[in-house]
Amino acid sequence: MPQNEPEVLSQAFTLGYTYTRSTGPVVGQFLTGLRDRKLIGNKASDGKVYVPPMEYDPKTAEAITDFVDVAETGVVKTWSWVNEPNEKHLLRKPFAFAMIQLDGTDVPMLHMVDAGSQDAMSTGMKVQVRWADETQGLITDIACFEPVTEDSKVAEKPAASDLEPITGVESPVYLEYNFTAGKATATFLSNIKKGKLTGGKCSECSAVYVPPRGSCPACGVANDENVELSNKATVQSFTIISIPIPGNPIKPPFVVANLMVDGAHQSFLHIVSGCENSDVRIGMRVEAVWKPEEEWTHAMESIAYFQPIDEPDIPREEIGRLTPKGEKNDA
Amino acid sequence: MRDIAVVAYAQNPIVRDAGANNEVELIMPVVNEVLKEAGLKDIHDVDFTCSGSCDYLQGAAFAFVAGVDALGAVPPIKESHVEMDAAWALYESILKINMGAAESALIYGFAKSSPGKLAQVLSQQLDPYYYSPLWPDVVSLNAMQARSAMEAGVLTEEDMAEVVSRSRANAKSNDKAQLSGDYSVEQLLEEPEYIAPLRKHDCPPVSDGASAMIICTVEKAKEWGLPYAVIKAMDHRIETHNFGARDLTVSESTAIAAEAVGVNSAKVDVAEIHAPFSHQEIILKKALGLGDDTVVNPSGGPLAGNVMMAAGLDRIGEVARRIINGEAKRGVAHATSGPCLQHNMVTVLEAE
Repeated sequence: MPQNEPEVLSQAFTLGYTYTRSTGPVVGQFLTGLRDRKLIGNKASDGKVYVPPMEYDPKTAEAITDFVDVAETGVVKTWSWVNEPNEKHLLRKPFAFAMIQLDGTDVPMLHMVDAGSQDAMSTGMKVQVRWADETQGLITDIACFEPVTEDSKVAEKPAASDLEPITGVESPVYLEYNFTAGKATATFLSNIKKGKLTGGKCSECSAVYVPPRGSCPACGVANDENVELSNKATVQSFTIISIPIPGNPIKPPFVVANLMVDGAHQSFLHIVSGCENSDVRIGMRVEAVWKPEEEWTHAMESIAYFQPIDEPDIPREEIGRLTPKGEKNDA
Repeated sequence: MRDIAVVAYAQNPIVRDAGANNEVELIMPVVNEVLKEAGLKDIHDVDFTCSGSCDYLQGAAFAFVAGVDALGAVPPIKESHVEMDAAWALYESILKINMGAAESALIYGFAKSSPGKLAQVLSQQLDPYYYSPLWPDVVSLNAMQARSAMEAGVLTEEDMAEVVSRSRANAKSNDKAQLSGDYSVEQLLEEPEYIAPLRKHDCPPVSDGASAMIICTVEKAKEWGLPYAVIKAMDHRIETHNFGARDLTVSESTAIAAEAVGVNSAKVDVAEIHAPFSHQEIILKKALGLGDDTVVNPSGGPLAGNVMMAAGLDRIGEVARRIINGEAKRGVAHATSGPCLQHNMVTVLEAE
């Protein structure tokens, strides 16, 4: 078959997870303070005050246990000016990231400054906390810092809450990517859309991989030769799924099998249907049941399932040794 | 430490977007190239393999495992991985050889940063309680470091532009470089600020690519009959993750590592410095104690092409290549990891 350059297949996706993290006592105390609109630091044995508090002294590695209340005002030690916030930045207008040394502390903390314009920023400028409308025990309870002006005054504190101390936080990390299928995968998926199964053949050991991987993992060489494979396969192994899987529309019980397509030397997973689940066995001959042509896509779901065919079972040791035409390969 | 030889090094052309090439397709050419350069038949001719990569860059779970498909690891090989720059995979390999568990090793690093938004991805490697919820992008953090250094009188924006101008000019003779050309300091300073005080050219390009290296004992290199550069000493130090607690205008960990490996016990002909941002080259040159008689980043350095997880290994490879070619007798390579030069490695290489 022609070895044309495959089309480039890409798909935007979000890789995301909301991690649940325990805070430990030091970070927890700081975050509990933030929820009460209070800044808490800690003092190392050399007298240095850290805010946010550190669990261990970076110089001596001693645990730091002496907690102190800290002012809401401080000084900008260095800063960068973000003229065009990216989609993740929390301030939706030009702002500064800054290292801010709060009054009475020795180590500056990272946060943002909303000063309106770059001209209003300078190293050494006085800033104060702007609290978020609602606090919940996160670093973002500080919405940002803002310049101290003549009529700035520290807001009245609400009474300390009687809520449980913060011991854990949720950290949502959601990142957007544009995934591009490798050349071999792109060829495979493009052909699936045309109703054909394609394997990649190793030029060294002649093993045929399906789906093709772009390389022969055994030989460490590129697989440039594509081979069109048959719709017939042999059950190499299988399992009966009896519990529902979240997000999977197929109703259990159903059979998922490792299928060795004729001419291939590596199996892939698909569904076996069209018979009693109890009839499925290793060595059973099956054939792809393709969905109607208008439903073919760049996905293995273009094949609805594999169903048994009336051919004798293949002995276990011969699975993966059939030529594309289903004849035994003794080579 | 046993003297260990670098006998082969290869690098893919550094590109902004490797397109449809997946990790296997990126790694295989450089692995095959170093094996060929060393006259080896396949991966089984080396005793150990170690790689450096980070799956978050391309957003593909277990891409580092899929990458092993490029090697031909049947029957199984001794193999390891670091979620760091491959300079640290080299370090692990050197430990392995020093333990007596191997005589030779293949190291590779790769990254496909193009599918994601690198500045955002890197913000998530920071402290998860205090830093990463603020999404501080890597350029903003380094802009704060640059401003600290400028306001402390350590460097000026002209100095930074000079670094960029030299990087791009040097890269003209590096056919693997992503960015090269003639840019005067004046011309660069006319460019607008990007994330102030940094201009775009003060930042490294986003790059896709892969590199590989083969090392072995000196005895093995002689047995194989290969020219080589000797790794005489290597040390790495790390600073606190709380960058508020660090003096960002210096690189204390680099200075300690440089002292430990004796960078200046003899003349340094060439240095390759892993300074992704222009101001960092100046900070690092000072920390390494390099004088004006050392040629710095003749390859163009990371400003001319910055493959994450390989750019540190590339510095060592570039120095080794120049020693093997006879262009230099003694060189220093620096590799960094983490925000604003948190973690630094210094390697001294010499001709036999």
